[in-house]
Amino acid sequence: MALIKVRNLEKSFGKLDVLRGIDLDVDEGEKLVIIGPSGSGKSTLLRCLNLLEEPTGGSIEFAGVMLTDRETNLPQIREEIGMVFQSFNLFPHKNVTENISMAPLIVKNYDRSKAQDIALGLLKKVGLSDKADNYPAELSGGQQQRVAIARALAMQPRVMLFDEPTSALDPEMVGEVLEVMKELAEEGMTMAVVTHEMKFAQEIGDRLIFMDEGLIVEEGTPQQIFTEPSNARTRSFLTRVMQ
Amino acid sequence: MDLIIKSMPFLLTGAAQTLKITLIAVTLGCILGLFGGMGRLSKNRFIRGLATCYVDFVRGTPLLVQLFIIYYGMPQVIQGVKGILEVSFALGPFSSTSHIPPFVAAVTACSLNSGAYVSEIFRSGIQSIEKGQREAALSLGMTSKQAMRHIILPQAVRRIIPPLGNEFIAMLKDTSLLICIGYAELTRQGQLIISSTFRPFEIWFAVALLYLIMTLTISRLVDVTERRLGVNGTHQS
Ligand SMILES: Nc1ncnc2c1ncn2[C@@H]1O[C@H](COP(=O)(O)OP(=O)(O)OP(=O)(O)O)[C@@H](O)[C@H]1O
Ligand SMILES: [Mg+2]
Repeated sequence: MALIKVRNLEKSFGKLDVLRGIDLDVDEGEKLVIIGPSGSGKSTLLRCLNLLEEPTGGSIEFAGVMLTDRETNLPQIREEIGMVFQSFNLFPHKNVTENISMAPLIVKNYDRSKAQDIALGLLKKVGLSDKADNYPAELSGGQQQRVAIARALAMQPRVMLFDEPTSALDPEMVGEVLEVMKELAEEGMTMAVVTHEMKFAQEIGDRLIFMDEGLIVEEGTPQQIFTEPSNARTRSFLTRVMQ
Repeated sequence: MDLIIKSMPFLLTGAAQTLKITLIAVTLGCILGLFGGMGRLSKNRFIRGLATCYVDFVRGTPLLVQLFIIYYGMPQVIQGVKGILEVSFALGPFSSTSHIPPFVAAVTACSLNSGAYVSEIFRSGIQSIEKGQREAALSLGMTSKQAMRHIILPQAVRRIIPPLGNEFIAMLKDTSLLICIGYAELTRQGQLIISSTFRPFEIWFAVALLYLIMTLTISRLVDVTERRLGVNGTHQS
């Protein structure tokens, strides 16, 4: 059964139609990769999934709950949908441990020691135990993004959304972040990833969608799409990014 | 010189009043300003409109006129309300004077005035926090209120301290207007001494010096506070 069901999703900013009717299912445990040229609406689609962006049409269902209903308790739903941003967005006034333990403390009302344990456990998982007391500004980009992933995981989400998690990183730091994501994928986490890392997409992706001008233009396994794209726009996009 | 030394105790009591009014006004102004600033950013149009009216009115009119409205104007309103209560509701009788003590008028006018300026300081401080901070907080399941309280305000407060210090200094100087309602602050005390000694130059100079000492002290304190918080401030990416 699909964990996320998107039906005829539309989003416009004023006159600009950014999403023009998206239909998409994401199954429990599935790794979905989203690619497409700049401005095609990839981020907007992802941000609609946790209602950071309010859709102007269509519906989104998550675990049987209609997110697009007015009465839906959004904060409660968002607990189950982790998000990792291109620009990390760590809380600069809090140290690494606090960044991770904050939401469990505030949102889940865990007691301090339990939240702390969760944070330290996750730091170990992302290989940053030695940075527990540092502030975000003292970390490299790759380290910051790993903390951001740990922060999202601390809420024990059922799905993780990644919006170009490695695009703001120096090339030598991309690997460490992808490594953490791969591990997460192997553990069975449901993931939706916008990325330009085609090799990574091929490795972890169960399914890949290519977006252009607010529509899903092509859909299939990464293997299929990379080797024999059926759509002309997909082909030209791929030749541009693969070279 | 002798004269200045002799007048010092008298001037210092005035300086103490000046400081007292300023402290109370800016403290109350900060509380008002927190609500005013959030009001200006509210999604609710009514609240936003109300906050905007308040800020625009106060910032667009002279403090002296605001002071007069409260000191001279309010008694008339109070008198009217008393009349209505007595005649229509057979309440009272109330004491016949509706005079507002200068201290109350001074604190009210200065606090309301400060609150408007602080509202704008809070608003721009809150708006200066990157959008991604709120989004990250929301994506973790925080409510808007929790994001404001735990993520946005703590960061905004750090950026707000320097302009808040400026507001404090501006308010301190503006309290000299209280001379117009006869409140015994520093300028008023200076004026009183001159009316008996006829030595305006020395006395006004001494008054200026006392203001300067107070404003310089405040700006030092602000610097120190800023640097203290700056220990964490360096962690701002
Ligand atoms: N808040 C907004 N207000 C107005 N327009 C917006 C807003 N957010 C996005 N857009 C516009 O919507 C379009 C799609 O943006 P989106 O960020 O979803 O693209 P994208 O596929 O993620 O591109 P990129 O690869 O550059 O990240 C763009 O034209 C963008 O300018
Ligand atoms: Mg994007």
